[in-house]
Amino acid sequence: MANESTQHHDIPERDYHAPKSNYLNWQHTVSSWLLTVDHKRIGVMYLIAISVFFMVGGIFAGLFRLELLTPEGDYLQSDTYNRFFTLHAVVMIFFFLIPSVPATFGNFFIPLMIGAKDVAFPKLNLLSWYIYMIAGVMGVTLISLGGLDTGWTVYAPLSTTYANTNVFLATITIFVSGFSSILTGLNFIVTIHKMRAPGMTWFRLPLFVWAHYATSVIQVLGTPVVAISVLLIGIERIWGVGIFDPALGGDPILFQHMFWFYSHPAVYIMILPGMGVISEVIACFARNRVFGYEFIAFSSIAIAIIGFLVWGHHMYVSGQSMYAGFVFSLLTMLVAVPSAIKIFNWTATLYQGNVVWDTPMLYAVGFLGLFAVGGGTGLFLGVIGLDVPLHDTYFVVGHFHYVMVGGMVMAYLAGLHFYWPKITGKAYPRLMANIAAIIIFVGFNFTFFPQLVLGWMGMPRRYHSYHPDFQILNILSTTGATVLGIGFILPVFYLLWSLVYGKDAGSNPWGARGLEWEACTSPPDPHNFHEIPVVTKECYSYTGEETVSV
Amino acid sequence: MFNIPLIPEHASTFAAKVDPLFWFLTIFVAIFCVAITAIFIYLGLRYKQTPGRKSEHYENMALELTWSVIPAIIAIGIFWWGTVIYFEYANMPEDTYDVSVVGKQWMWKVQHPNGKTEVNHLTMPVGQAVKLTMTSQDVLHDFYIPAFRVKQDVIPARYTTMWFEATKTGEFPLFCAEYCGTEHSTMVGGVTVLPQAEFTAWLGGETGMTPVEAGAALFQQMGCVTCHAQGDASRGPQLNGKFGTEETFTDGSTATIDEEYIRESIMTPGMKIVQGYAPLMPTFASQLSEDDINNLIAYIKSLS
Ligand code: HEC
Ligand SMILES: [Cu+2]
Ligand SMILES: [Cu+2]
Repeated sequence: MANESTQHHDIPERDYHAPKSNYLNWQHTVSSWLLTVDHKRIGVMYLIAISVFFMVGGIFAGLFRLELLTPEGDYLQSDTYNRFFTLHAVVMIFFFLIPSVPATFGNFFIPLMIGAKDVAFPKLNLLSWYIYMIAGVMGVTLISLGGLDTGWTVYAPLSTTYANTNVFLATITIFVSGFSSILTGLNFIVTIHKMRAPGMTWFRLPLFVWAHYATSVIQVLGTPVVAISVLLIGIERIWGVGIFDPALGGDPILFQHMFWFYSHPAVYIMILPGMGVISEVIACFARNRVFGYEFIAFSSIAIAIIGFLVWGHHMYVSGQSMYAGFVFSLLTMLVAVPSAIKIFNWTATLYQGNVVWDTPMLYAVGFLGLFAVGGGTGLFLGVIGLDVPLHDTYFVVGHFHYVMVGGMVMAYLAGLHFYWPKITGKAYPRLMANIAAIIIFVGFNFTFFPQLVLGWMGMPRRYHSYHPDFQILNILSTTGATVLGIGFILPVFYLLWSLVYGKDAGSNPWGARGLEWEACTSPPDPHNFHEIPVVTKECYSYTGEETVSV
Repeated sequence: MFNIPLIPEHASTFAAKVDPLFWFLTIFVAIFCVAITAIFIYLGLRYKQTPGRKSEHYENMALELTWSVIPAIIAIGIFWWGTVIYFEYANMPEDTYDVSVVGKQWMWKVQHPNGKTEVNHLTMPVGQAVKLTMTSQDVLHDFYIPAFRVKQDVIPARYTTMWFEATKTGEFPLFCAEYCGTEHSTMVGGVTVLPQAEFTAWLGGETGMTPVEAGAALFQQMGCVTCHAQGDASRGPQLNGKFGTEETFTDGSTATIDEEYIRESIMTPGMKIVQGYAPLMPTFASQLSEDDINNLIAYIKSLS
């Protein structure tokens, strides 16, 4: 190529003034939002929606943590308690965790990162937002109609024959939300294959994009299975066809196989995008190319594939054959290895870098420590001998909250604080943000570490009332949850505050590399780039360049 | 109330094997988490941004492979440890004291071989392997004794087994660990472990019919005997000495006669038709409880 200069060289490095016209302000009507096919606006609409669902899920958690202050089931009815923990899980998993990073930052940034004007199917993208909203609103309707009390696992035959709530409506909600997830995954796969700017080779892609590629593959392959299983529950419940209920000649263990065949990989749908965010944040704040880029990229793919073969670790004591348990346990232990590799690589990225300790980095450290605990406690549950006592106790609850909240929510918050200036064009108060990060970290550990101990002591999960010996640890946990709740509310205030009073952030406030920072304004232009950029260097080209302090 | 419990009581042979693995992993994971966070923070401070210094990218394939292979080896080692423990446990010992358990929303029914029954409670001898054969009358449940470190799902229309040997006497909590609906958290009870002599005395107290006797009576009452009379195989197959043998069906398939097969024969007789017979047998699904079926099974087993 004769002309080596890429488009992003034309934009001044430090542009402190928001451009006059950007994707946020170029059109103002409500319909310009509700009918938009702009991936950035759709990303923002997702951001608003999932924040609301996160709050709803959190309120339910708060209510039942309050009940757990005392061993007696005194302040909520059993049925109410059961509905609350079920709804907490359904809302958090299907309406927060699964769409959290992909639907918001994924939507917003994948096209920017790969130098495209939009995703491959912009209208499909809008459709998946609507499907998500319909499912979510149905979920809320379900609450007013009496809730769902089977646990999010909707195990048969409890869900098919015995449960006294509106199970069918609930399963339909999960079914519908699945389509949103599938469409988003499909959109990303095609976008990443087909829409990369000239010169954006696979190994120049940000690891964020690799992580989303792996996630999308799981979404497209796995989600149909959970859709089928919930549909079968509906069929059994309405027409009495014997599929899972042994009284009708069905097999309840079959349901567990189908359920976990999706729901284990779903764990990776939730965590992989978070790992993508962490790769971006650490590279940027270490001012260094991620150590072992290829290993991180391929470990995402490895996790996506092996992740499909370990579902039986949820069923060691279900009556499954011990030889099946043997194989599932071995594969489970092996799937831990790619995650460990990522942790080592992120750490090594700091070596010989120029580390800037700013807010997103604090969240990233929080992620690293808590995710390590989450993964480590996963080892306990992956080995059969130890899973026998720990299965279905609070140890499991603690474990997956370390992964999902300590890992994923921390990564999400790291992403939110990293990308906020790009999305809104505004800078937020850093001191407040750092304080919130610390409060969340402390509150989190106070909430969930006692739960690990409770599980080891033998407290089963989903208990409305419990043995008095467990009280002190439950009080600790509820206290921690209060602190955690405060930590989560703080960002709402200072981020909204920044929208009005925040300083203009400039196009590249962190001094990051990559098209989304170097070739786009903040907030980006409605069409992202004035012309499609030509990429001549890899995305983490930090090394060798003198860094600009922030 | 306000002592923070950190180490659960352990009172079974299995607990003695599980606990060392638990503590090993706890220490291993704790060291890992603290070390990795500390290294991260250390590197972050050591290479804190200094104006004028350039970042230098560093790649090292040998290092990368080391920290891929070593965790894999450790993972397999831990897997092996846990699996060996489990396989030893999965091996049912000989000479067990056999108890049958029925779970239903929201209680446990326990029946001893001599017919003595208990609700939400299990009394057992110390130093003797106890085997539970369990089934559920409705949804999934799970029989969980934390002090013994054992749990096993209890499934409708199936018989799952578990065993444990208590190493000390005393009272231990019993929980249902599989969520089973509204009153799941009240499906709890206790286990009393008694010294052998005391247990024998306890067992010797008032008893009802043994399961075999109760089964024999049901066999008469329910009219099984009209088609399965001893020495007359014209209407239905002989049940003497059948338990554990192989049966052939009209479609040519075969199955071993075990608890689940007998249960199926009684509840849904049409599922498998014994070769040489017509599908004459009516279903007893609405007339028999899980306890009745347990008793019938005990009786048919005793005919062997
Ligand atoms: C009306 C006659 C009839 C009655 C009453 C009856 N059975 Fe049967 N039973 C049969 C016939 C015929 C078969 C063989 C065909 C089949 O497999 O259904 C059979 C099969 C069985 C088998 C399987 C035996 C094998 O060799 O595989 C068992 C076990 C059994 N019955 C138990 C019972 C019990 C227990 C009762 C009472 C609760 C009972 N039956 C009542 C007719 C009867
Ligand atoms: Cu899993
Ligand atoms: Cu239960």
